[in-house]
Amino acid sequence: MSMNRETILNIVLAALLIAVPVIAQIMGEPFIITLATKVAILGMAGVGLNIALGYGGLVSFGHAAFFGIGGYAAGILASHALNYEPIMEAPFEINGTTQMIVIWIVALIASALVALLIGAITLRTSGVYFIMITLAFAQMIYYFAISWPAYGGEDGLSIYVRNSFPGLNTLDPISFFALCAAMLGIAIAFSAVLIRSRFGLALHGARQNSQRMMAIGIAPFRVRLVAFVISAMITAWAGALYADLNRFVSPSMLSWHMSGEIMVFVILGGVGRLFGPVAGAALYILLEHLLGGMFEYWQLPLGILLLVVVLFARGGLIGLLAGERKHA
Amino acid sequence: MFSLFLEQLLNGLQSGVMLFLMASGLTLVFGVMGLINLAHGSLYMVGAFACAAVAAWTGSFWLGLVASLMAAALAGALVEMLVIRRLYKRDHLDQVLATFALILIFSEGTRWIFGSFPLFLNVPEALSGTVTIPGGSQYPIFRLAIIVAGLIVAAGLFALIGKTRLGTRIRAGEADREMIAALGINIDRLYTVVFALGAALAGLAGAFVGTTQSVQVGMGEPVLILAFVVIVIGGIGSIKGALIGSLLVGFTDTMGRFLLPIGFEAFFDPASATAIGSALASMLIYIVMALVLFLRPSGLFGTEA
Repeated sequence: MSMNRETILNIVLAALLIAVPVIAQIMGEPFIITLATKVAILGMAGVGLNIALGYGGLVSFGHAAFFGIGGYAAGILASHALNYEPIMEAPFEINGTTQMIVIWIVALIASALVALLIGAITLRTSGVYFIMITLAFAQMIYYFAISWPAYGGEDGLSIYVRNSFPGLNTLDPISFFALCAAMLGIAIAFSAVLIRSRFGLALHGARQNSQRMMAIGIAPFRVRLVAFVISAMITAWAGALYADLNRFVSPSMLSWHMSGEIMVFVILGGVGRLFGPVAGAALYILLEHLLGGMFEYWQLPLGILLLVVVLFARGGLIGLLAGERKHA
Repeated sequence: MFSLFLEQLLNGLQSGVMLFLMASGLTLVFGVMGLINLAHGSLYMVGAFACAAVAAWTGSFWLGLVASLMAAALAGALVEMLVIRRLYKRDHLDQVLATFALILIFSEGTRWIFGSFPLFLNVPEALSGTVTIPGGSQYPIFRLAIIVAGLIVAAGLFALIGKTRLGTRIRAGEADREMIAALGINIDRLYTVVFALGAALAGLAGAFVGTTQSVQVGMGEPVLILAFVVIVIGGIGSIKGALIGSLLVGFTDTMGRFLLPIGFEAFFDPASATAIGSALASMLIYIVMALVLFLRPSGLFGTEA
């Protein structure tokens, strides 16, 4: 029963996310399309985190690292391509690119490698240690980005022309929205398949009782590591899109505030819910827009609201509207 | 060269001692209440702002220092009673989120009251000169005073935990909170006191560091993350670990920033040596943390992961 309600809610959410920009297009309001694009991209970053946090119970406070790696993949490749400077000349020449597909592949590979390394160290610990260490490693990459002068350092890197996708004018707001929404759809569909797969069940088991998992011959560490890497890759993919949305990437994408925000999307929407991160990102951006318009210090009421949600409204937006989950 | 080296060593010691003031409160709160508090950096900021505001108003740094202790302790006690108390039985995720929300509230509230421009704290008249250190260079007296004051507070904290009745209760609270509640100790009040104590230490550190840097919104966040690194290295809940970890992080960070760029000049031209050296130096403490964790997953003095 409650699953049905959640499914209906998900369909309504997806329909709203598509309908709002379409109506904005007809009304000639490109700014609203940009807001919806932001919701799709940040929601996708949350979908990535949700795999680790919601399904795996791994409270990563460092996902901004992967979000930023995706962003810098887009920024660095585009800047080399636009300046006609090869990234590497010897032993063979590697050039930059403005093709999103290539950028995405680079973002996915780079984030997977970094996540493999960070995960291999952090997953040896658990609980508070895991939270603090994921935060610390993200911070390490943040400071590296600030102090490494080649790609803008603290000032960040501009992408003068939005990168391109075959058959699409990415500079047209509604086309770029459609692209981002499609990628969000892929990410959600992928995580839906993943959690229903044998791997998803193993991850679920590792979260609930890792000793029992070991007893039936599944190594929880490996399952968690794979989940962490997949989670990082989806967030990095969203990061590459985010850099293209803003046509700018800076260390702030790597900052711990970003990690906190991605986490807030997941929790505002509802931990471990398929559409939770999208609902959370939509609510967050709506609040940012509305409160920001009324009050210069809008993060103050936002903080109070967030506090109230954590203390009194557990289960997030989806939990509030669709009722308790069948199995916690 | 030798005096420069000595100067950097002293700077490392100073940063280590200040980190200890931050990290000890954080690790105490975790050890006794099992709570991860991201808003600890906000209490550091509250201390710095209280000191700067009162010092500007009265003209006395010393009154500012008293104000920083009181404001941070008061803010800590209030936050504990209003918010933190509801989080002890929650999982770490809720704690992270609620204290993240507290950061937003504290930072934005401070920005609202004081504006976005940084405040400046002047060093008190009596401690404003410099002394000549071995090797011939000048070192500010105030920085030496901070080191001494920090060490005295650290010694006081060890005495408090080890020798007093309150300290016994705190240690008992770490070991078995149900048992000490059954023995008739008001556990709610103990928790508020521990939280306010940690807050006061953070506020004091904020006031000290505020005199060497500017006082601004968000100043607590980099320090908070360093304090996390410290307690991960030292072992969560261990005051001794926090001390060792603080000094290790303080020295590693300061000496890395000083020595690595110089070291790389042997291999690269000066400009790239500075770039590579400083980029690597900014990552050094995290590399140390990773190494410690690799050898001892629960930190140097930790008991459980």
